[in-house]
This record gives sequence, structure tokens and C-alpha cells, in this order.
Amino acid sequence: MSLDAVRSRAEEALRGVYTGVEEGKGFVAFRVPAERVVEAAEALKSAGFDHVKSVTAVDRPKEGVIEVTYHVSSYSDPELARGIVGITVSLPRDNPRMPSLSRIWVSAEFQEREVFEFFGVVFEGHPDLRPILLIPPLAEKHPLRKDFIVKEEQVYKGGITKLEQPP
Amino acid sequence: MSSPGELKLSGWEVGETRKLPGMDVKKIGKDLYEIFIGPQHPGSGHMRIIVRLDGDVMVEVDPDLGYVHRTMEKLAEGRSFIKVIPLVERMAILDACNITLPYVEAVEKLMDIEPPERAKYLRVLLCEINRIASHLYGMGIFGVFLGHSTMYMWPFGDREVFVELAERLTGARLTHSYPVPGGVRRDVPEGFTDDLRKAVRYMRKRLEEYRKIFLDNPVIRARLEGVGVIPRNLAIELGIVGPNLRASGVEYDVRMVEPYEAYGELDFEVPVFEEGDALARAWVRVEEIKQSLRILEQVADKLDKMPREGFMHDKFWAKAPKLYKDVYSREGRVKLMPLFANLKVPAGKAFARAEAGRGEIVYYVESEGKFTPYRVRVVSPSFRNAIVFKYIAPGHRLMDLPAIYGSIDYFPPEADR
Repeated sequence: MSLDAVRSRAEEALRGVYTGVEEGKGFVAFRVPAERVVEAAEALKSAGFDHVKSVTAVDRPKEGVIEVTYHVSSYSDPELARGIVGITVSLPRDNPRMPSLSRIWVSAEFQEREVFEFFGVVFEGHPDLRPILLIPPLAEKHPLRKDFIVKEEQVYKGGITKLEQPP
Repeated sequence: MSSPGELKLSGWEVGETRKLPGMDVKKIGKDLYEIFIGPQHPGSGHMRIIVRLDGDVMVEVDPDLGYVHRTMEKLAEGRSFIKVIPLVERMAILDACNITLPYVEAVEKLMDIEPPERAKYLRVLLCEINRIASHLYGMGIFGVFLGHSTMYMWPFGDREVFVELAERLTGARLTHSYPVPGGVRRDVPEGFTDDLRKAVRYMRKRLEEYRKIFLDNPVIRARLEGVGVIPRNLAIELGIVGPNLRASGVEYDVRMVEPYEAYGELDFEVPVFEEGDALARAWVRVEEIKQSLRILEQVADKLDKMPREGFMHDKFWAKAPKLYKDVYSREGRVKLMPLFANLKVPAGKAFARAEAGRGEIVYYVESEGKFTPYRVRVVSPSFRNAIVFKYIAPGHRLMDLPAIYGSIDYFPPEADR
């Protein structure tokens, strides 16, 4: 399978840096400690993974972490283009900071700004770290964190004032 | 600040802001201006561009996104899996099938099901109808930007043909919500494929007329040739997608590198241009419409040959109530299956991508085994293309900005999500 080839090339590039592998459906993610993420990104870039498709952050309040995954792939290498590789960093929820990778992958620049405003992750060394989609007062609340509750439209249940939250 | 309508151009102090038609201009030094263009401008959707000018040369361009942001990723976390489909398709209603398809595929990956053969062809059918409509829309907006009103009227009129086809197929002109986990909502109506072939013949003829009036028009060529050139290595570095990437000589199309649905069985080419300028980006779209027409013809033949059954996965179809199957056998069409109302998706993480009209769209869906997704991450093509404003526009004259904006087919509602 071609996906195995992509995986083994990423594994080779990240040998000694990654601490765990996570099999997703449609991608494979390598767990990397936050202090070695620049090293990992440089290794992947020189192995041919030339652009970032998605900077995906997931808030996990139960474990007290925010996970940031860079899903990368390749345009220049048709073999690598068939697969998606992720590098995942776990950051403490109360003070999420990690080095910016947009010096290595320029394609991550706007998406890191997005993760910054929606999750409050600070990317150190980012050329222009400010909110991109939200207005500053809303960006301070980091809406995609799980403790930000959206007040959805309420459901009318009959009667005069009986309004209930949908399940 | 002076009032609009009163344009006194003398005695403009440094630091003073004036309202000029369509933009706010602040003088930041002798011959240095900061211009706020938008959020209302001739393009489609709202987006502001902050430009710093030296004379009339752009030195710094800052795209200011988010005017049509709807926090779809957050809203998706509170909705059942099926309701996310009509939510995310609001990104680009004219490209609804392409935009929602990777989400549906990601959910299917988590559930470990695959749609039946006929459903795959039906999805490709609507995807290509959407792609043509999306390119025509983009070319119409491009015409507006360049002040070429014929190029606005023609593609918008011709797009109606494909919007009409989509309506006959799905029941909705724009927000179709057609692909659902396990298959599609309904089958093609009677006589649909004949009308499809008629539309293909009509569009082929029209594309030739587009070439004569627009792409080979010396006035248009003078404005587009050599403008907004994105060299191949820079296109890769910026991670731009879709026709913009292929106009810069990168052969990347998700339909080719990771064939999804029925694309692996269809015969088509991926047009690639080397120039990387605004004209090449316009040409890629025209050539892609030609390829989509080729695909539509093949799909029409295939659908005619196939037995008219199985647009939904057997596992779901078996669970359908008897009344539902009776209605289908009598009328040939049905509403959405009731079992989708409480669809539980097994825990897991999935990543899926598809080639939408404006480029690659990717979804990351994480489920905890409940009725609602734990996280839905979507990166739309226009969001990845927005970086072009920052890195490609500086160095050009201000009058080239409309040509660059129009040529990358930037669509704010899609970028802001």
C-alpha cells in the first residue's frame, strides 16, 4: 500500500524524536514533545512534506491538555501526496505555549493565528500573532475551548414563558 | 474627516483620514497612504483588505477576514452528526456537494461503511455539476472586478443551467444536503440524463464564446498577463490550493492523488499551466469545466446502464420502515431516513479531503461514540488561498488588486466558515 510508504518515510525522518504513534482513519499522527517540535518539523520538511493542510487543535479538559496537530502533506512529491501525516503536541491547558512552525511552513501562518484566538495557544516566534477571524473581545474568550458554552436558540415548549434548552 | 461627496484633494494633512468612493484613505506620510478597502466591495461576500501604499504601489497588504464568520466548528459540537451537513454547507452554498462530501466521508470512515456503487456515481454527478457552477460564478465575479459586464452576465446566466439540473436532482437550487452517511438522499428523476447531455453540449459551445470575448480579448489580456505571478516554489510554500495551485505548475488534484467516490474509474485530465499569472488561473478554470463536462457525459452513460437501485447502504436500507420502502417503490423518491435522527458514530478520529470547486477542502472529525461529534475541524480552500493577498499582492499597483482578487476566486463566506 502506498500509505505505508508515506508512513515509513515520515517515521524515518522523525526517528528518535517521536514518543508515540497514533493511527487515525485517513492519517497517522506522531506524538512529539513540545520542546522538540521545531526539530520534528524541520525533519519532515526536508523529507518532502512541504505544506500544512490543517493546524488542528482539540481541547481535552479531562486530561487538562490542548492537543495541537499539524496535518502535513506534499505537493512536490507525488508519492507523499497520497498520505496525511500529523505531528501532535500536548500543551498544558492553563498555559499553552509552543514554538511557532510558520517559519518552517509559511502555510501554517494564518492557521496558527486561528488556533491562537480560538484556543489561546501562544505560538512563540510567530511573525504576526493576532486574531484573524474574531473581534478582539471575543478572541479573549477562546470560543472553541470546551468550557465556552454556546447559548443556542431555545425551543418553544408551549405555555407563556416555558423555554427549555434543547437536549 | 471630510464628508463623503465632498472631495477636496488639496491641503491633505498627514494623519488625516478621508472617505473616497469605496474606501477610507489615511495619509500616513508624504506620498504614503493606508487604504481600507471593504468590507463592502464588488466581490462576493464581505472582506476587508488593508493596503499600505507608496504612491500607487502596494507595499503591505493585510487581508482582514472574519466579517462572515459563523463559528461553524463550535456549533457542530452541539449538533447531531446529520445536522452538521446543512450547517457546514452554508460555507459555499453554490458548491454544497463538494463542501459537505469530505465530512460525510469522514463519518463513513468512522462507521466503517462504504456507499453502494450507484451512490458513488450520483455523488460524482452532483460534485461536477457544482464544480462547473462554482467556476462560472467565480468567472462572473472576475468579470465584475475587471468591469467587463458581459463576462458577468454570461456565466451567471449559464450557471442557471447547472443550478436547474441540481434542483431537479436534489430538490434544492443551492443548499442540497445531498450526500448523507451511507449514500445519497435520492436517485435521479426520469429523463434527467438526457437533459444533462443537452446541458453538456450547450456549455461546450459557450466556453468557445467565453474565449473569444474574454480570455483572448486584448484588453483583458493586458490586465491579466504577468499580473499576480505565483512561481511554482512559492505556490508550494504558501500551501495554496485548487486552480490557483495548478496554474502555477503543480500537478495536484485530490481526485487524482487520492481518488474518492467513483473518480478512480472515470477518464479525465487535470489541466496544469506553468505561467502562474492571473490569466493562467482564468484558463485553468475554463479547462476544468471542459474536463467536468467530460466526466458528466461518462456518469450519464454509466447511470443509464446501471439498475435503478441502491442509492443507500444496505445496512441503513434494511432498517427503513415498511411505509418508507412502499413510498419509494411507488413514487421513486423519499425523504431522509428517520434513523439518521439519532445516529451514533463509533469513537475515533478521521481525516478526509476532497477537491471542491475552489480547491482542496479538509475535515478532521473526532467522535466519542455519542450522538454529537467531539470536534469538527474544517479548513476551506479560500482560507488557504487568503495568504496570497499578503505575499503576492505587494509590489503590484493598486489597480492590479481587483485582477488578483478576482483571479484567485476568493470567496469570504467559505474562508470565514
